[in-house]
Amino acid sequence: MKLNERAINTVVLLGLLALPLYALVVDEPFTITLVTRAVILALAAVGLNIVLGIGGLVSFGHALFFGIGGYAMGILAYHAQTYTTLNLGFFSTGGTKLMPVIWLVAMTVSAIVAYVIGKLTLRTSGVYFIMITLAFAQMFYYFTISWAQYGGEDGLSIYIRNDFPGLNTLVPIQFFAICFVILCSVLFLYARLQASPFGLALNATRQSATRVEAVGLDPMKLKLLAFVISGAVTGLAGALFADLNRFVSPTMFSWQLSGELIVLIIIGGVGRLMGPVIGACVFVALEHFLGGLTSFWHIYLGVILLCIVLFARGGILGLLTGKEGAHV
Amino acid sequence: MSDPILATHGLSKRFGALQATDDVSIDLRAGEIHAIIGPNGAGKSTLIKQICGGLVPDAGTVSLLGRDISGLSTGARAQAGLGRTFQISELAMEDTVLENAVLGALGARASPWSFWTRALGRTDLTERAKSGLDRVGLLDQQDMIVANLSHGQRRQLEVAVSLTLSPKAFIMDEPMAGLGAEGSKTMTSFLDGLREEAPILLVEHDMDAVFALADRISVLVYGRIIATGTADQIRNDAQVREAYLGEEA
Amino acid sequence: MSSILIIEQILNGLQFGVMLFLMAAGLTLIFGVMGLINLAHGSLYMVGAFAAAAVAGLTGSFLLGLIAALIAAAFAGAIIEMVVIRRLYKAAHLDQVLATFALILIFSEGTRWVFGSFPLFLDIPDALSGPVTLPGGIQYPLYRLTLIAIGLLVALGLWALIERTRIGIQIRAGENDREMIGALGVDISKLYTLIFALGAALAGLAGALVGAIQSVQVGMGEPVLILAFVVIVIGGIGSIRGAFVGALLVGLTDTLGGVFLPELFKLFMEAGAAQKSGSALASMSIYMLMGLVLIWRPTGLFGART
Repeated sequence: MKLNERAINTVVLLGLLALPLYALVVDEPFTITLVTRAVILALAAVGLNIVLGIGGLVSFGHALFFGIGGYAMGILAYHAQTYTTLNLGFFSTGGTKLMPVIWLVAMTVSAIVAYVIGKLTLRTSGVYFIMITLAFAQMFYYFTISWAQYGGEDGLSIYIRNDFPGLNTLVPIQFFAICFVILCSVLFLYARLQASPFGLALNATRQSATRVEAVGLDPMKLKLLAFVISGAVTGLAGALFADLNRFVSPTMFSWQLSGELIVLIIIGGVGRLMGPVIGACVFVALEHFLGGLTSFWHIYLGVILLCIVLFARGGILGLLTGKEGAHV
Repeated sequence: MSDPILATHGLSKRFGALQATDDVSIDLRAGEIHAIIGPNGAGKSTLIKQICGGLVPDAGTVSLLGRDISGLSTGARAQAGLGRTFQISELAMEDTVLENAVLGALGARASPWSFWTRALGRTDLTERAKSGLDRVGLLDQQDMIVANLSHGQRRQLEVAVSLTLSPKAFIMDEPMAGLGAEGSKTMTSFLDGLREEAPILLVEHDMDAVFALADRISVLVYGRIIATGTADQIRNDAQVREAYLGEEA
Repeated sequence: MSSILIIEQILNGLQFGVMLFLMAAGLTLIFGVMGLINLAHGSLYMVGAFAAAAVAGLTGSFLLGLIAALIAAAFAGAIIEMVVIRRLYKAAHLDQVLATFALILIFSEGTRWVFGSFPLFLDIPDALSGPVTLPGGIQYPLYRLTLIAIGLLVALGLWALIERTRIGIQIRAGENDREMIGALGVDISKLYTLIFALGAALAGLAGALVGAIQSVQVGMGEPVLILAFVVIVIGGIGSIRGAFVGALLVGLTDTLGGVFLPELFKLFMEAGAAQKSGSALASMSIYMLMGLVLIWRPTGLFGART
């Protein structure tokens, strides 16, 4: 079977838009929330796909940025809802309920953390990189567990979803619209990035860092910038995810989540524009339908994953288009 | 005689008990092909790595156009004007021929920090890349994936990528390896013309090619240069015959 | 702060460290010889703990439980090696991560399916329960002391196995040159299965031993797995000696940090805040240790230089 990838991408995006609209008509708000969840997970995985798919860096700790985004939202909204002051020493604020501000903070903090961790971890490669990114995410996980001020292990509940000027974010379809527009914008950015000189050089770094050096470029700087951009995107997804659930907890940093983000990409197709989106849709659908049939649905997920790894390199997009895609 | 383009001064590197290079001083002058030959394990790869970066010598320096580049990274040395080709092709195998050449053009322009323009839509990059491909005769294959190229075509692409850099000096690690008789001949005549553009430091096992091309030959044995001279001088050098050519005969 | 408390905590750290070593030794051996990163190692730890708890519960014998743990984990290890892992030796790290991640899902849910979601309990055998008095009048649980002894014995045994036996020679040859051991006439696939089963058995042993002081439940393996990763990153991947040193460092840092950092903070902060910041910092301490080691030596304390 050989289908045109562009056509598949269009169908998937249209489907992602049509399903919630249909759910709106037949009045099934839960379906809208489910699709919103898929959209946000897709966004997080698109962020990871920048380093994993283009740059070939197997970050097993991307939940770190997801969690940072979540806590950026949680902390700002917590101070706003309790009318308390967040004092950072050099700066103090009463928090905010305004989404755009929260997003900006989530992305900035994620980018800064990504820069520092990237500086430390990109010196290593291969298995070291995998384990160390995992370990850094765990460090934040245990830190938030012991961070009693913001709920510790129990996490933080935010009673009312944050505001976006001109919209009522509590209406599921309106919150979905926000997430969907963000996902489409980031996908557009991803496509531009992949085709740009930076994308070309990053893609070549994955395949042969030696070659990139020999033409006078610095693979380390390319990877570091990719890591920072990637962290910011996944951080943004984390802020949206927290807003969807109106709840943040240390589980946003969990290693299972890091693993699942990689799994999403693999199911869809590594290094492909819509790979993470397709993966997220399939994942959420499996979770919903298999999870409804049996409480042991993770066994089936495990078996499917094993089959993809052993027999279907290139994921769903690879199967549909007949092209394997990026090797990591 | 004019100053050399590229020169090494007393490069030495020791790995444990093995002296990989021992006080190697060679130079590369404008317009020449200077071949380095020697038996396997003589330290040729180690020497190239010390010249191009990636391996820090225990002692000695490397200078390009009179400037000491010993402290620079591999990337910075390439920026400074070292165009390197690899013994085993180092290419982006999943990308097209043109994309690989554009990567070289990017390096020459020294700016990958562009995120919005399409790399293949920028004529400044593609023109440069295509002219490199054209010169090695790969222009018709520009849309092929590198993994699907023949071995010989990959060697040509290696050279094309280094051409896009417009280097001051070429460092070529066995460009003839695995080419076959016909391919070797084509590559030999190509390199013959290339020396006018920038001199070539050529590490090569194919002795026909070396003796046909090289203006000067240096013989590296156990990490030491035991002789440097023209093809005739090297052929008749007693020490070389004993240490190297003699062994093969 | 008394010296008795300090010694007690050091012993706790050692006990934690040697148990981490049992996990890390298998991981690092498998990576060193086969080049495989195995996330499912934590599942083998869990398998050992469940087998021990189930058999000890049926027979009332802790020793039989331990034997069951060793056999079950080694058996599970050999099976997954032959069915799945063996296809991954030449695969990219990403594939290895994903396939072994899939194995975790299958093991965890499978165990939940068989044993349910409630934790099992494994009792410390009577002969080893209760405290002993150490020189200096320190009362310390005999069982924990036994764990330290077992851990050290296993470390010694592994050392002897690798340095002094035929199998050890093959293992060391495999680390240096995979083609070579084939040329030596060694059946590589059998050797790999054996090494994998050995690593699995060590993980299962750790699971059973620790299972008696914690509860035996699904998901118990992964936190330990991640700590074992930290251990082998610190020690240098592939190095048994590195795993030993790294395990003790991590065990001691984690245990001592949790107790002493809050105390340290109390010197210059008020008690409540010191307790909070101290324990927050302690929970991060081993990762900081890892970060520092990596800045100093990117391939770990005993890792191969590149």
